[in-house]
Amino acid sequence: MMTPVKIYVPNDTTALSLEADEVALRIQQAATEQGVSIELVRNGSRGLCWLEPLVEVETSRDRLAFGPVSPDDVSDLVAAGLLTGQQTHPLALGDIELHPYLAKQQRLTFSRIGKTNPVSLEDYSRLGGWRGLEQALALTPQATVDEIINSGLRGRGGAAFPTGIKWQTVLDTSAQQKYIVCNADEGDSGTFADRLVMECDPYMLIEGMIIAGLAVGATQGYIYLRSEYPVAHDIMNEALARAYAAGYLGQKVGGSAHAFDLEVRLGAGAYICGEETSLLESLEGKRGMVRFKPPLPAIEGLFGLPTVVNNVLSLAAVPFILDKGAAAYADYGMGRSRGTLALQLAGNVKQGGLVERAFGLTLRELMEDFGGGTLTGRPLKAVQVGGPLGAYLPASQWDAPLDYEGYAEFGGVVGHGGVVMFDDTVNLGEQARFAMEFCAEESCGKCTPCRIGSIRGVEVIDRIRAGTESDQNLELLSDLCETMVDGSLCAMGGMTPIPVQSILTHFPEDLAAPAFKPSSATGAKFHA
Amino acid sequence: MLNHFDPATQRVDWSRDYGTPAVKSDQQITLTIDGVAVTVPEGTSVLRAAALAGINIPKLCASDNLEAFGSCRICAVQIEGKRGTPASCTTSVAEGMAVTTQNDRLARLRRNIMELYISDHPLDCLTCPANGDCELQDVVGAVGLRDVRYGFTGENHLEAPVDDSNPYFSFDPSKCIVCSRCVRACEEVQGTFALTIEGRGFDSQVSASEGEPFMDSECVSCGACVQACPTSTLMEKSVIEQGQPEHSVITTCAYCGVGCSFKAEMKGDQLIRMVPYKGGDANHGHSCVKGRFAFGYATHKDRITEPMIRDHIDQPWRTVSWDEAIEFSADRLRAIQAIYGRESIGGITSSRCTNEETYLVQKLIRAAFGNNNTDTCARVCHSPTGYGLKATLGESAGTQTFDSVMHSDAIIVIGANPTDAHPVFASQMRRRLRQGAKLIVADPRHIDLLDTPHADPAIHLPLRPGTNVALVNALAHVVVAEGLEDTDFIARRCDTDGYRKWREFISDPQHSPEQMTSVTGVPAERVRAAARVFASAKNGAIYYGLGVTEHSQGSTMVMGIANLAMATGNLGREGVGVNPLRGQNNVQGSCDMGSFPHELPGYQHVADSVVRKRFESEWGVTLDNEPGLRIPNMFDSALAGRFKALYVQGEDIAQSDPNTQHVESALRALDCLIVQDIFLNETAKFAHVLLPGSTFLEKNGTFTNAERRINRVRKVMAPVAGKEDWEVTQLLSNALGYPMNYGHPSEIMDEIARLAPTFTGVSYAKLETEGSLQWPCNDQYPVGTPIMHVEDFPIGKGQFAITDYVATEERTNRSFPLLLTTGRILSQYNVGAQTRRTENAQWHGEDRLELHPEDAELRGIHEGDWVGISSRAGQTVLHAHITHRMPPGVVFTTFHHPGSGANVITTENSDWATNCPEYKVTAVQIEKVSQPSQWQAQFKAFDQQQKRYLNEQPQTDAI
Repeated sequence: MMTPVKIYVPNDTTALSLEADEVALRIQQAATEQGVSIELVRNGSRGLCWLEPLVEVETSRDRLAFGPVSPDDVSDLVAAGLLTGQQTHPLALGDIELHPYLAKQQRLTFSRIGKTNPVSLEDYSRLGGWRGLEQALALTPQATVDEIINSGLRGRGGAAFPTGIKWQTVLDTSAQQKYIVCNADEGDSGTFADRLVMECDPYMLIEGMIIAGLAVGATQGYIYLRSEYPVAHDIMNEALARAYAAGYLGQKVGGSAHAFDLEVRLGAGAYICGEETSLLESLEGKRGMVRFKPPLPAIEGLFGLPTVVNNVLSLAAVPFILDKGAAAYADYGMGRSRGTLALQLAGNVKQGGLVERAFGLTLRELMEDFGGGTLTGRPLKAVQVGGPLGAYLPASQWDAPLDYEGYAEFGGVVGHGGVVMFDDTVNLGEQARFAMEFCAEESCGKCTPCRIGSIRGVEVIDRIRAGTESDQNLELLSDLCETMVDGSLCAMGGMTPIPVQSILTHFPEDLAAPAFKPSSATGAKFHA
Repeated sequence: MLNHFDPATQRVDWSRDYGTPAVKSDQQITLTIDGVAVTVPEGTSVLRAAALAGINIPKLCASDNLEAFGSCRICAVQIEGKRGTPASCTTSVAEGMAVTTQNDRLARLRRNIMELYISDHPLDCLTCPANGDCELQDVVGAVGLRDVRYGFTGENHLEAPVDDSNPYFSFDPSKCIVCSRCVRACEEVQGTFALTIEGRGFDSQVSASEGEPFMDSECVSCGACVQACPTSTLMEKSVIEQGQPEHSVITTCAYCGVGCSFKAEMKGDQLIRMVPYKGGDANHGHSCVKGRFAFGYATHKDRITEPMIRDHIDQPWRTVSWDEAIEFSADRLRAIQAIYGRESIGGITSSRCTNEETYLVQKLIRAAFGNNNTDTCARVCHSPTGYGLKATLGESAGTQTFDSVMHSDAIIVIGANPTDAHPVFASQMRRRLRQGAKLIVADPRHIDLLDTPHADPAIHLPLRPGTNVALVNALAHVVVAEGLEDTDFIARRCDTDGYRKWREFISDPQHSPEQMTSVTGVPAERVRAAARVFASAKNGAIYYGLGVTEHSQGSTMVMGIANLAMATGNLGREGVGVNPLRGQNNVQGSCDMGSFPHELPGYQHVADSVVRKRFESEWGVTLDNEPGLRIPNMFDSALAGRFKALYVQGEDIAQSDPNTQHVESALRALDCLIVQDIFLNETAKFAHVLLPGSTFLEKNGTFTNAERRINRVRKVMAPVAGKEDWEVTQLLSNALGYPMNYGHPSEIMDEIARLAPTFTGVSYAKLETEGSLQWPCNDQYPVGTPIMHVEDFPIGKGQFAITDYVATEERTNRSFPLLLTTGRILSQYNVGAQTRRTENAQWHGEDRLELHPEDAELRGIHEGDWVGISSRAGQTVLHAHITHRMPPGVVFTTFHHPGSGANVITTENSDWATNCPEYKVTAVQIEKVSQPSQWQAQFKAFDQQQKRYLNEQPQTDAI
């Protein structure tokens, strides 16, 4: 008997929201009707979001892709020989790994996503999983920390603090109990890389956290996951259960004498809980309020004990570094920004998705070569990089290589790698208002500049846009931005002025009263 | 460099707020602030360092009784070599740090932040209750805000409704700047966690419990939030109604034995508010609902303002002059002594009056009455403490300071309910529990301390009432049996023979937790766990209350506690000790002052001729060498016709003493009862002479709290009837022919210092400079003794006592199947004479009977039903309150309302050594009834009659 054809239908959030379940069901029904034996695999996404649901057919010869596949396409596809891997249908994409969007990437962290069933331990091992952990188990804690320091890895959550230095601090702080906390409260507009890790390669995160625990002497880990990711929650919990059953977690990690326990804790929908100190408060069961620093969480973190708080992407980069060595990772990148960056293309874009590339790529390459321009086909006007607190960058800044220092020089924010594109129909005055409004909505309310300043920011911008005493109000807005930058307790209030100031600098005409503007063109507006 | 400022050489000015709490460290750090070199302990904030150097950085969310929070951002500074403008409250000093507190950038930042604040704040400063006492106003002035460019049309909270539910303070959220000081005070200072911030961002607002009115919330009205509020958001209603006070006087609270220091804030002779004094050594600026707010009784219309006399208690009162009242009293006392003998009269001193007044009353009795028939209400509360601690440790007092608890690692609380009865100390204890100290509670009821937020789970030993000694023996048995004794301490500090005997006694398996389970009802394993936790802690402290003393074995239990402390080496240093929590403000003082019939001031026995000689030469009289009558003996003698006259100062024996009907009969049997009190109390209804008393606000003197701390009481207003209590005693003494000529209470204290060895070094002058003094204060300890028994015990070696458990005679049976125990509640104080005449009545308008749902179910009793409670002594009726706080088989009530008749039920059983009544164990039966008891009906009629006598008195000129 022939090996059944394997058909892959992703089950990550993107694909599911595009009816992947129905697609899978119809493929199964068609196969049954035709008496063809198939093995339906629910894999992760490869991060080519505009092609989702991306169906792949694996025969003994090859693995070929079709997409985007809607449920209504299934009968045509089957008729066109989908079940035998015929590539005659217009949705046929050939070998997806040869697709330029993927082929041009440098996937170190995301090398496995989309290839397999994300919770299959067998697949994870087969594709190189646990090798980093094996290395770490053979190394001293200090040697592991040294690897991370030497890799040049910096916090991918946005602050870009050297991960190895943070680990070193926790390692050097003695305590009865230490913690590894994974910040999976991915709340930036246009970002989804953390979600892809958790939904498509969860063991990589688990492995990274175990290594972190071994390195700093922590025996308990928590993944603080935003409640808006129910699929990631299910997949992570399934993966955790399997990792416990297989002995990767628990009292004897991988058969060693080391213990590491790990669990997922759900947030409750507050953006501010992505800020590490608020996250810790929330994790302790308290209201998500920002703590002042110092003391650093590395010294007094969760329950007042030394804690590594790392973003999903930082921890996900760890297994590669331990497996292939610090140098292999540090070989990528430019300047002080080493390794790869997971960029997430979103907003008004034709080909949205995840692009992992070494630091140094330019926005223009990203938006044009990968993104293929705007979805509306209209000219690009501005792009917001780094989430809702990032600057709106004008065309003149699209050729700057993406790296932390370079961006900082012109007021840009790399942040978590979210890239939200806008075409020429966007009114950036409205976006400036939105920046303040977002802060007003999400501020924890602790410090005054953020609590009151953000709401006043909305009002002042409204007055400016209405043409009320524009000059005085522009000066007031500029004062307010300065007050929020200098006076806020955390990055939320401190960075909210960044998008506003970038608009004041680069798109001042959009802040004028609408009476002076031509009536806005039709077309979608994409709010970050 | 301008100059060098070393705060270590400066005294703290308690009227200032240094921004963040003081930090203790051996490491000193020197930095410069605005060019001034400042040296402070490591860990100090830049804000505090600056304040100590006299440099005032503006601030709003910071306060030196709260941990730094960093939310207002007004205290931003610039630090050389550091980015940005860090908040000085959350930035610790570092060696060589150079700080700038004022420059253009900072001025601009502060002004712009204040502009944001004011854009959401009413501009009614002139008519605002906080006008003149508003930190927001001060900072706006300091930063020079001249214009609010945002205007006032934006989103705001100006229409937020006021919450007026609390009788003492109002909450006006329209004035709130969301600094969270109230929330933090509720958490850090009080430990109740009743307040929170609800909503986020601009919607953030202070919320009591879950958005409830303050009165319905978990708030305990301690006032910490009101004090913390920098604006008029949380404001005393008295200030709202009367305006800002203009001067203040530091004095001592007259409620419980914590002895909190308060600033009585005045307007002329009107008391506007009581604000806990940060310099108070017992309370460090904290308070409870009683001391903080319940002072209205002092000006209540029920105050007795003129002396009154009558021949018989079924006659109306006659208002007379002081001279006539005193002459009337003296004539009667002399006449009675002439007929019935020298021993036929006596007096009772007050634990509420000052040391000086108490001293004077016992002196009057011993010198002018010529006998030792003096006793005090400590007889019915802490007399076993005096007896038990003197026998084992050699001194009749608690061994520690309150602050000592901050060093405790394990805390046992036995028969005390600190959150209700000693709330300010409970807050301190809870702070320590939040820091990780372990708590063990021995109490039949589930007291609130067991539910301390953010503390580790406590061990509750819910013992059957009356079985304390069995429990403490079981704890000690585990210590000995499991080898947890501190053998080094025992060898060095304790009497070896006594210890050997005790060890043999306690090792007997009959004392094991397993054997004692059937007696105490506490699972053996839990007792073992408690003993282990206590004995293995670095510092273990024992706190106890009347749940220990008011038993037939009260004195035995006190000695059992001392045994446990000695066996585990928990004496003589910070964090340990045996700590009686005194019920009334001056119980310690009244005992110290020689109120007991057998002891002269300073616990010196009357039989000791050397001691007596010293007193005789100072007082110029011959003293009786035989102890006089105790209170219960006085009652018995009165009923026997031998005891005919009694002078009672500031105590309400008719309500507070057990077996009310017996007490009432005794009082009716007296030919002359002289009551000196601020109200027509229950005892006064049986009196022939009513002498108006003065409240603590109306006199000078001292109180001694539970930690032996002598605190000054200062007069803030004139006595309503023109005389302080000590002056009245002096008049009576002079009228009796024994001259007393004190011009001021300080002279009385000087006399006490001459006579009581533990008070040798005490004087008003020293109290002024030191703030307070903990006795012993003498040549050896010139500024007092915070921790006792550091080197040795006053009796040399510690004495272990054999503490056999003997079951009380008060047992349950078919007729009386339940055990009644009594206690207090937060809002009311003792017999309630004061607190019932304040708004505190809103929290506790009546005494109710608490019982377990099972006991209620069995008898068909529902919440709020009238239940009749019968004991072998009497019967009364209360409303039922059904609660899981009680264990099955045990019922509980308070005794704050005279009409409740709680003491009609309590029996005359008492402590074998001291006659302290067994209030805590009465066998009762309860049943559903439809009306108050017969006693209550009689009480009501008598009460109304006596009040009529007071109000419908004949005109003096008609006589």
